[in-house]
Amino acid sequence: MPNDGNISVRVDGLVKRFGSFTAVDRVSFSAYRGEILGFLGPNGAGKSTVIRILCGLLRPSEGSVIVAGVDVGKDPEGVRHHIGYMSQKFSLYNDLEVSENLRFFAGLYGVDRGIAGDRIREAISLAGLQGHEHDLTGTLAGGWKQRLALGCALLHRPEILFLDEPTSGVDPMSRRQFWDLIHGMSGRGVTVFVSTHYMDEAEYCDRLVLMNRGRVVAMGTPPELRHLVKKGALLLAKCEPLGTALQILQGSPGVAEAAVFGNSLHVRVEQAEDALVTLPAMLESRGVKCVSLKPIEASLEDVFVQLAGEQSAVRGGPDR
Amino acid sequence: MSPRRLIAMSRKEFIQIVRDPRSLLIALLMPVMQMVLLGYGVSLDAKNIPVYVYDQEGSQDSQALLKRFQASPYFDVRKTVNSYRDLRYAIDSDRCKLAIVIPFDFSRKLRDTGFAPVQVIVDGTDDNTANLSKGYARAVIARFSADVQHNWLQRQGMPIAASNGNISVDTRIWFNEDLESRNFIIPGIVALVMALVGALLTSLTIAREWERGTMEQLLSTPITPSEVMLGKLIPYFMVGMADAALCLMMSVWWFGVPFRGTLASFFTTTALFLIVILGIGFMISVAIRNQLGASMIALLVTLMPTSLLSGYAFPIDQMPAAVRAITYLVYSRYYVTILKAIYLKGVGVKALGAEMTALAVYAAVIGLLATRAFRKTLD
Ligand SMILES: Nc1ncnc2c1ncn2[C@@H]1O[C@H](COP(=O)(O)OP(=O)(O)OP(=O)(O)O)[C@@H](O)[C@H]1O
Ligand SMILES: [Mg+2]
Repeated sequence: MPNDGNISVRVDGLVKRFGSFTAVDRVSFSAYRGEILGFLGPNGAGKSTVIRILCGLLRPSEGSVIVAGVDVGKDPEGVRHHIGYMSQKFSLYNDLEVSENLRFFAGLYGVDRGIAGDRIREAISLAGLQGHEHDLTGTLAGGWKQRLALGCALLHRPEILFLDEPTSGVDPMSRRQFWDLIHGMSGRGVTVFVSTHYMDEAEYCDRLVLMNRGRVVAMGTPPELRHLVKKGALLLAKCEPLGTALQILQGSPGVAEAAVFGNSLHVRVEQAEDALVTLPAMLESRGVKCVSLKPIEASLEDVFVQLAGEQSAVRGGPDR
Repeated sequence: MSPRRLIAMSRKEFIQIVRDPRSLLIALLMPVMQMVLLGYGVSLDAKNIPVYVYDQEGSQDSQALLKRFQASPYFDVRKTVNSYRDLRYAIDSDRCKLAIVIPFDFSRKLRDTGFAPVQVIVDGTDDNTANLSKGYARAVIARFSADVQHNWLQRQGMPIAASNGNISVDTRIWFNEDLESRNFIIPGIVALVMALVGALLTSLTIAREWERGTMEQLLSTPITPSEVMLGKLIPYFMVGMADAALCLMMSVWWFGVPFRGTLASFFTTTALFLIVILGIGFMISVAIRNQLGASMIALLVTLMPTSLLSGYAFPIDQMPAAVRAITYLVYSRYYVTILKAIYLKGVGVKALGAEMTALAVYAAVIGLLATRAFRKTLD
């Protein structure tokens, strides 16, 4: 573990209530300089709310939040110079040209006039928008828009970057490019917070915070989290019909959990050898055709399903 | 306050105004349209008012008076009748809006008293037209009386110079009354245009950021609330001042309204009024986070009082006491009063101390409230 001097964000006992609804419930974690910290969780888990609090956009109801040495609960304005933020919804001005958006944000961040020109040029090349400086931002494709937004958020060279689902609705190619940029940032010592729905993206993070219904369900590096599932074994089952198979398996002895993943089932069992023999027989006896059954390596999605304790929490992959 | 952030904000807002057809329409076309519609609406109404005459005397003098009515562009003398009953019928059936009754002893009384004892009957169903036509009729009659008096004095061999001043002052006042509608109302229309354009444009500015989702990004930067407010309002202030100049030019060169005051006093008061209007528009935009709702409320809060309670068209001293009391709270009342005085009387800012102070206090309070209105958090 890095020492305390390297902590750039420390959150302790954070609670956020909207009226009587608790959106964030006693969340605590720290982030270290240069780290990529991923926030994972289904819709409504509280990812955006946490990020907004860290940016000083929402007031915490309880708990302490220190970002770049600033107590955000007491001084939400004080943190603004240190951070770059990309909100979940695209929020640059569509009716402004690419360069006008950049110039506007360079002004707002108080980037020195002398260096603003260079910074803007860098942002344009980072976004791959050379030659499109005078395009209206609204006419850009999704991937470019997101990279431009990232460029805007980086104009003042913040220590900490908050990216709220930066890749949602972006094609896979652009997602890869985007993650390359994020790794570049982290390599330069920028702490990066990323929230995402995509489980495959979680693997690109240094550490993960798994959230569900306002609570932190688990925290750790991707291998650490996968290891949590190693108790017992995971099987991949292809059955026909899938729904009936799921119902049968969920109640069976020796089966800890069963969940749908795409067009097959992930079944967590206590003992792989036994299950590989007994389960097909049992399924066949109840009229379900078992096409294949084999042990697999746990993915982060499995971790999630297990930890969140409800299979409705996450549907695999990009469809939201 | 950082000039760098302020300039960035203003410049961005200005670009958005120029690129948004709706804003451009409001900023450029609306003032012209309002001036033309309201300016003509007022004066057209009052022209060619249908008149019936009941001339009981039928003398040379009474015919001379009627000729004045015939010559006036405001009246259209349709018919001469021979009884009150016919007049009543004409008014009831809407054939005339105004009736003139010249009594049997018209010439004698005119000679004895110097005033023409004429009865004017006005159809009061349309309040505005009734007021206007009453005013016009009075003006025509007064001028006629004055001329008769003047001639009479001349014939008596009285030194004209001695009494001329007296009479000519009389005629001049009435002469102004003759053009009452346009000259009095157009300065008020300038106020109306300022209120409309200023409030509409600014009411959209914050609401638009919320609606398009750009607000969150804006809030995450180091810009302060007062920088947001000032940065956003500066372009609208400039647009407002340009519109004021446009209205001034139209009122003088197009409608021929006299402008007797100084440009400095005109633009100083307009600046104060704009601060009030823009401040109100801004606060509404902050409170109502969608553009449609914000613009509706802005119209309600600025245009309604300005058109009804500022005295621009409906004289305040003719309102019931309770309503009159309310008008003191209506900021546009002061602006309209000042504008009329600047246009028609040509008085300077000093002579309007009370009104100027009221407007300045309003501007200061609203300005202060507006800086406080905007908070840099989402909840
Ligand atoms: N301003 C608000 N007022 C009331 N409830 C809110 C507010 N903002 C968020 N919530 C609620 O808090 C919960 C957490 O929302 P949040 O946006 O943080 O979730 P999320 O993890 O970002 O979800 P998503 O993946 O959909 O973006 C949700 O149930 C949401 O409805
Ligand atoms: Mg979210």
